[in-house]
Amino acid sequence: MFFIITALAAIVTTIIWYVHAPEDKYNLSTLCFIYWGATLMWFVDHVIAFVNEGGEFFEINLDATMLGITVVILGLLVWLVMLLARDPKGVFNKLLRSKG
Amino acid sequence: MACFLVPMAEAIVVSVAKNIAEKKELNGLPEGTSKTEFRLKSQTELTWSRKLGWLNKLLWGGVMLLGLEHLWHGEIVPWPPFLTAMYNPADIGPMLSEVAIVGTSMAVFVTLVWGVMVLAADRKSKALRAKAQNEN
Repeated sequence: MFFIITALAAIVTTIIWYVHAPEDKYNLSTLCFIYWGATLMWFVDHVIAFVNEGGEFFEINLDATMLGITVVILGLLVWLVMLLARDPKGVFNKLLRSKG
Repeated sequence: MACFLVPMAEAIVVSVAKNIAEKKELNGLPEGTSKTEFRLKSQTELTWSRKLGWLNKLLWGGVMLLGLEHLWHGEIVPWPPFLTAMYNPADIGPMLSEVAIVGTSMAVFVTLVWGVMVLAADRKSKALRAKAQNEN
């Protein structure tokens, strides 16, 4: 399930990035790469496990769903930290200047 | 068990290669070009540092999220020896085998996808340049 959720996050993020492209003020492309990287790696992992061990291709249970949601949140958190550090709108500069 | 270690090793190598490419591209620019100008240029042109940046983000993004999955499943811990398979000598062999097979396959697959992406972007860029030259 975490594979499906991450793949879905990658697709949705890519659509949002494309709608606003070529402008990428908020670095959405980075979020796309984060989710696509994990999706590709889990795809390989699932294929190898399926070929070697058989069974179900997708693990659908509550634990896997919770993991999927946590993974998406971690991706968003990393992107948010990078965005705030880059501060493309110069918000922190303006805030600090107005206080100083 | 620890399959993400191979893409992680590749990500470290790619990060170094990207920094070297960036420095070379900056040195190749006319004197007086500022870093901001260089960044703007590398956002619009298909430079090697930009292409390696894509692979870098794919690899580090995947490694990070897979790291969380391994932590979730108790396969890694934030204290030495970090890999729980190391506690039991019988688990070390299967772990190394998984790292070699799954980890290498992951790294190769991500690199292949990136390669196709770079090829497609290069072709598109060349076609656009040719079209612009024909129009002029």
